[in-house]
Amino acid sequence: MSDHEVPFRILPRVIDLNRHFWTGGEDGELRFLRCQDDGTYVHPPSPRCPNCLGKNVSPEDVSGRATVVTYSINHQQWMPGPEVPYVVAIVEIVEQEGVRLTTNIVNCDVHAVRIGMPVRVVFEEHADGDERVWIPLFEPMKTDGEQ
Amino acid sequence: MTEYAEKRAVISGAGQSDVGRRLHRDPLDLTLDACVAAIDDAGLTTADIDGIATYPGPMDTPPGFSGSGVVDVQDALRLNLNWYTGGLDLPGQLGSVIDACLAVACDLATHVLCFRSVYEGSAQGEGGRAAVMPGGGGRGSFRAGSFMQWVLPFAAPSAATWIAMFAQRHFHEFGTTEEQLAQIALNARRNAGLNPKAIYRDPMTMDDYLAARMISTPLRLYDCDVPCDGGTAVIVSRADTVADLRKPPIQVEAVGTAIHGRPSWDQFDDLTTMACRDAGAQLWTRTDLKPSDVQLAEMYDGFSFITMAWLEAMGFCGRGESGPFVEGGQRIALDGELPLNTNGGQLSAGRLHGYGFLHEACVQLWGEAGDRQVPGGPEVGVAAAGGGPLAGVLLLTQRR
Ligand SMILES: [Zn+2]
Repeated sequence: MSDHEVPFRILPRVIDLNRHFWTGGEDGELRFLRCQDDGTYVHPPSPRCPNCLGKNVSPEDVSGRATVVTYSINHQQWMPGPEVPYVVAIVEIVEQEGVRLTTNIVNCDVHAVRIGMPVRVVFEEHADGDERVWIPLFEPMKTDGEQ
Repeated sequence: MTEYAEKRAVISGAGQSDVGRRLHRDPLDLTLDACVAAIDDAGLTTADIDGIATYPGPMDTPPGFSGSGVVDVQDALRLNLNWYTGGLDLPGQLGSVIDACLAVACDLATHVLCFRSVYEGSAQGEGGRAAVMPGGGGRGSFRAGSFMQWVLPFAAPSAATWIAMFAQRHFHEFGTTEEQLAQIALNARRNAGLNPKAIYRDPMTMDDYLAARMISTPLRLYDCDVPCDGGTAVIVSRADTVADLRKPPIQVEAVGTAIHGRPSWDQFDDLTTMACRDAGAQLWTRTDLKPSDVQLAEMYDGFSFITMAWLEAMGFCGRGESGPFVEGGQRIALDGELPLNTNGGQLSAGRLHGYGFLHEACVQLWGEAGDRQVPGGPEVGVAAAGGGPLAGVLLLTQRR
């Protein structure tokens, strides 16, 4: 990301329940709440595990690897933001079926994005007053021989 | 079969204000025009109205999204109410009308005024859709919470992009094509040409459709509805009041309100369909009628792909088969086997946000649709509204 200017983005309102998600990038880690009793990842974050209804949920790092479930090449400049066209995608983390993020696919040609494509997280840091947040974006997994 | 409660409800009148791209009129003025027209259409007076149902209730943002709430209309018409509701957390825009059906069915009210008004066209001004985006287009100190935190930081503020991703997944799994999707927009425009109140009435060809600018693949400009100003109202009455009414009421045969997947744009279990899958399936458990009995369908087209999802959800075709179903456009034309969005839908007639579909279904079943009237005196119609996690649908009959 270093060779691009960081675009304007509307930032999330960080609260206790979602802080792990929006600040994990400081350590380079994608984090989700996970039930410590049955292993269920909980997203969007909730105080209770939807599987066992227990409250024993706490943030855990995941691998940051995911698969593109669907995407769209967005051509419309809705507001200040990344230069159009850019890819909006829904990705599913490899750790658990059905745990998805809407995100942007970056560091590749917009026309190269495919459903089923393996991707990995990259973080974009934004200052928010005295706080900082890290927006999780995804890039294609590099194949052997590249970088 | 169980006698489901909604069968005690009828639609006794319908009304609509002027509709335009930018009318620059007070939204309550538009709302009241629709309400008074609907009350008059039913042969009732304000003294007869004892209920109100509306969607989404009063909202300042996004600009133009809500023309009036319950309180505005109750006070303006000096109504004495036995029951009322107005809100956003409903099975789509027509969820408010379904609530009204239940209210009359259990005798909480006798004649319920249901309305929805918008002034998104005027609210946009010259700023286009960016002027009405969530978060004020990113200005100021706005921070995204709730669901919006999962899309706004990714420059995906518009349902256009969210729906585009459903369409893309449908294309991927079922081989649906752009030319098939186009038929929803082309059919709407063809019908709008016969509707004097429609906003876009000029003929549109496949070449015109494909040449229009891409918004968010695979959705082009004409896959997106047109923001407008206007109000729509219907009267839901208890079926045993028929003697008081001006014209033969339309029977509410069955409704659907279900959502069995996660209530989310990106966590729903099947990204080729939406909550309509569950609402549609539920509706057919509440009636002896079958999809093949339906003679016209007015189904939500905030974006063209949503109508495709509704076609499958209502069983008019199989799962994944909406592309071949609409191919060529003949089947969904006014003289086809399932006339669809006969007034031009929101794509060409204007984004009246759900209520326009119900209004058009009623007008058609009353035989009052003029040049765009479905031939043969249709007796069974569907009005469906909502996309993504929102879905509510009514099956209506008018037996002559
Ligand atoms: Zn658990």
